Amino acid sequence: MNLSPLFTPQSVAVIGVSASNDRHPANVIFFKNLLRYPVKTYAVNVKGGAIDGEQVFPSVSAIPGSIDLAVIAVRAEYVPAVLEECIGAAVKSAIVISGGFSEVGQDDLQARLVSIAAGAGFPFVGPNCLGIYSPGVVDTFFLPTERMVQPVAGDVAVVSQSGGILVDLLVKFAREGVGISSAISIGNKAYIRELQLLEFLDDDPRTGVIVFYVEGFAKNEGRAFVQRAAKCRKPVIVLKAGKTSEGSAAVSSHTASLAGDYRVFASVLAQYGIIEARNELELVSFCEALSCYPDTVIKGRVGIISGSGGHGAMAVDACVGGGLAVPRFTEAVQQSLRNSLSESIRTIASVANPVDLTGSAVENDFIAAVEAFCEIADIDSILLLMLPYLPGISADLGARLSKVYRRHGKPLIAYVPHVEKYRMLIEGFELNRVPVASSIESAVHMTSVLRRCRLC
Amino acid sequence: MLTKAMMDMLHRGRENGWLLEPEAKGLFASAALPVPRFAWALDLQESLQSAASIGYPLVAKVVSPEVIHKSEVGGVAVGIKDDRQLQQFYEKVSGLPGFVGLLLEEMVTGIELIVGAKMDYQFGLIILLGIGGTSVEIYGDVAIRMAPLTASDVHSMLHELKGGQLLSGYRGREAVNKEKLVRVLVDFAELVQDMAPYIESIDLNPLLCSGEGCVIADARIMLGDVFLKTGEADPSVTG
Repeated sequence: MNLSPLFTPQSVAVIGVSASNDRHPANVIFFKNLLRYPVKTYAVNVKGGAIDGEQVFPSVSAIPGSIDLAVIAVRAEYVPAVLEECIGAAVKSAIVISGGFSEVGQDDLQARLVSIAAGAGFPFVGPNCLGIYSPGVVDTFFLPTERMVQPVAGDVAVVSQSGGILVDLLVKFAREGVGISSAISIGNKAYIRELQLLEFLDDDPRTGVIVFYVEGFAKNEGRAFVQRAAKCRKPVIVLKAGKTSEGSAAVSSHTASLAGDYRVFASVLAQYGIIEARNELELVSFCEALSCYPDTVIKGRVGIISGSGGHGAMAVDACVGGGLAVPRFTEAVQQSLRNSLSESIRTIASVANPVDLTGSAVENDFIAAVEAFCEIADIDSILLLMLPYLPGISADLGARLSKVYRRHGKPLIAYVPHVEKYRMLIEGFELNRVPVASSIESAVHMTSVLRRCRLC
Repeated sequence: MLTKAMMDMLHRGRENGWLLEPEAKGLFASAALPVPRFAWALDLQESLQSAASIGYPLVAKVVSPEVIHKSEVGGVAVGIKDDRQLQQFYEKVSGLPGFVGLLLEEMVTGIELIVGAKMDYQFGLIILLGIGGTSVEIYGDVAIRMAPLTASDVHSMLHELKGGQLLSGYRGREAVNKEKLVRVLVDFAELVQDMAPYIESIDLNPLLCSGEGCVIADARIMLGDVFLKTGEADPSVTG
């Protein structure tokens, strides 16, 4: 089954546009794609006619030319017939936006969709979903463009069982500068499910990091998913909801009561080298770090640079709490580090790790310290806590430091408070693919996810 | 592959939903997993004879399809020293509902671990290892893996346990034989893989481990719904 037409369609038919209701989901989807995306977009309604001067076709088969993707937003009971018509008209794929299936107990109606699609090997996403948003390509979310917060184009793909959570994640990605390749809301996941999307995204050249928001798998489905994810060449991150429900009340044995649903879920993810994000905050941090450093695996020995002793101390606490080590440098290393600093701070800086360059440090001191850290074999990643209000620092520091990273390849993660005033400094890092966290805690999350390894 | 004898034991358990302990022990013994020397005695005379061949001191447990939590009804005696004590215990428990004899076992000592298996809805067969015994649920110190299990999976489970240090000879105590412990887990996982279509969960609790090796001191095999209802393997089980 070829899923490409879902993700990179050249032509889209939106089925179920309304002549009387401007806010109908189909109308929103039709106009946003017609006006804002480089995709041929057609409106379909059995009554035909026109809306806002745009022709409405009475059926998908009446559209001249081939259709890659049909977006179906008609009432649930009409969906099977529409799906059959799409298959008959050689449409290549579909997204069923409409609700009114298994989520309200209409299992038979949903099963009909699956049997129609399976008979024809016809890929469809949904029902009861938002569909797919690919920046600059296509957007089937029925949310008005001006109300959506859209992250930049990037290489993170997000697959979500919940449309609401997905849109919310996009807001957070946008705020943290995480770019996405596509966002997929799979709703009831009647036919296209996590496993097929994992396989597609593993081969998708636009995607570098694959994220799943999962509420639950069907029987034995989790097994197939983790076994496939373990073979994936790209980092796979899972955020699991429903951690506290311990499933069946069957506690006939100690094992059954100790191995609750979530505990098993988390253990099996770790066993197969799949990254579990415990909450949205971690998820966003993990995505930002892995998007910049997808292949880097560190041992978890961190070198910390800051311009304040307090920042260093807080970062050490967060690192150690997260299972990372902050090794104290040897006397020889400390001496050479000290010698690389400007004379005015040479006697007042702490250089044992964490390194506190003090508020008197100038830009070149930060660069000298990062350069020195790149040569220290005892650490395999660098945490830089930026105090953008220090007088000796310019907005170019991020860009200059990223050049150091490119020369040495030791991953650098920065913390800069995310306010508009410091935007230029942040951009200097991010445009050069150095992740920037908005809190010390997030910076530590970013560091710890680079230490990914299967339980061994 | 499960032998005919093993299948027979599983079928006999269908009446109660679980296997009587001597049956469970017998099943593990026939799969070459370490169980204590044991005998299932149906009356007092058989009990005394079996005791003579196992030797005192020994452990005696009530066998009854109506008693799944034996110690809660006073159905377990550890360290029985002679015929008189055995007779006293027999008289005490022979009136328990469903009484079908005593399980007599040699005494075994060691650190208490729990080893378990469970058919998980989303992931199929999973294996659990924990610092165990009666307090396992209080500490919740367990490691879980999806089957099949390799030796290196077991090593990573031991590494993951917070109390794993207890097994390495903490404060001068004897370290457990890790090699044999790993062997037991790998063999157990392999056996349970074949049993998966028939079971819901299994507890080896405790598995007693010492420098010499590990012994399954107590075992419970809970059977799966499909097998209970139909007597057939659950076709939806994948592994």
